[in-house]
Amino acid sequence: MKSLKARSNQFSNPEYELEVLESTENEGQLFSDKLANVGLYPLKPTQIEILQINMGKMCNQVCKHCHVDAGPDRKEIMTREVMKACLQVIRQHLVKTVDLTGGAPEMNPDFRWFVEEIRKISPSIKIIVRCNLTIILANPKYHDLPEFYKKHRIEVVSSLPYFTAIKTDSQRGEGVFGKSIKALEMLNEIGYGMPDSGLILNLVYNPAGAFLPAAQSALEDQFKKKLWDLYQIQFNSLFAITNLPISRFLEYLVSSGNYEGYMEKLMEAFNPVAAQNVMCRTTISVGWDGYLYDCDFNQMLDLKVAAQNSQHISTWNQQALTGREIIVRQHCFGCTAGAGSSCGGATS
Amino acid sequence: MKTYYDPEDLKKFGKIADFQKPLADKFFDYYGAVFQEGALTAREKSLIALAVAHAIQCPYCIDAYTVDTLEKGCDEEQMMEAVHVAAAIRGGASLVHSTQMMNKAKELSM
Ligand code: SF4
Ligand code: SF4
Repeated sequence: MKSLKARSNQFSNPEYELEVLESTENEGQLFSDKLANVGLYPLKPTQIEILQINMGKMCNQVCKHCHVDAGPDRKEIMTREVMKACLQVIRQHLVKTVDLTGGAPEMNPDFRWFVEEIRKISPSIKIIVRCNLTIILANPKYHDLPEFYKKHRIEVVSSLPYFTAIKTDSQRGEGVFGKSIKALEMLNEIGYGMPDSGLILNLVYNPAGAFLPAAQSALEDQFKKKLWDLYQIQFNSLFAITNLPISRFLEYLVSSGNYEGYMEKLMEAFNPVAAQNVMCRTTISVGWDGYLYDCDFNQMLDLKVAAQNSQHISTWNQQALTGREIIVRQHCFGCTAGAGSSCGGATS
Repeated sequence: MKTYYDPEDLKKFGKIADFQKPLADKFFDYYGAVFQEGALTAREKSLIALAVAHAIQCPYCIDAYTVDTLEKGCDEEQMMEAVHVAAAIRGGASLVHSTQMMNKAKELSM
């Protein structure tokens, strides 16, 4: 499978995606109206705590639901120059957590250099890597990634949509489940996910289709039991994430005839508590080219932060960013449905 | 097209209160309480509901509990096993009645 972009699919065009999303206004409600009803519009940040850095769209996988439209055919990756500008912001201790994502962030040739530089700045700053697991086995040069993560005390967050091959592979590609299990074994072996090791391994569940995730705690219990019984694998927490209707998942929804029903479901499940806790209130997302966004989803829709003169990491202005209005559109209903959804799982 | 079952009607389930509100309210309160997490998990209850939906062959319930079991974290294999439970009980219920047929046949036969 190729990325939407490589296929010149119209859903790789943010303007078209937004047009499709806005067309649901007639059917249901505007997300901004829903926020206004609960006194949250315009949506403002609470405090910027997390810098989520998208190191590039290159990935060894081409998952069907990927909101980044990542894949081996995507060549956009972050340069060292942009990373240096990120380090400048991190050096000022303006954020508590650096969350590295992609694509597969490890495929960026400067990934290790970047992590080392962040760790040099602070031994205590939390560094998260969103590791797709299979990258560890994709090439001998990545086999020592678990050791590298451990050395720099990186928290590993990895997707595993289900504890069976059939469901995982249907979403993430043939053979992904088997390789993911092998990678999880390697991580467990050096202490990741093991009790009292201090090495955190969290898993991410997202539904393999047009439905909402189950309650996070119930899923976590089920995953823990199954992964232990079947493979003797351990992990710390499970994050249940809702698929947001953008990019490849939006294309899937529309082409499978599930779009209207899914949007209706998200709107019906609007939860004011989840709305209060949406991750964009505490996060700034950096694109591979250094531009700043309210979240990784807005990044993919090319909705840059509404902060004058602070739209790029090299011109970071804390005050302007903290005072900005967060840009919301219809896809935001994905963050507020049911128990809510963020890069750290449920929000209520 | 006129049919007895229309998937859109499922959304109107709550409208049964239009004709008789007090009883509908009681029913929906009870319904909600039944599916709460209890001695059985909400996930287990959803699988039971899916099996029963097949036993009573209600297309609305089959749709509703296919979505619900997926949203409770079940996979297709578990869902199909639940339907087999319904099928086994239904099949067994027919077959176990054959003991009555056998008794009667024996009673009437030399
Ligand atoms: S591993 Fe992640 S970034 Fe790569 S294609 Fe899958 S969802 Fe997208
Ligand atoms: S999609 Fe982004 S901007 Fe919208 S609510 Fe979610 S995190 Fe906030």
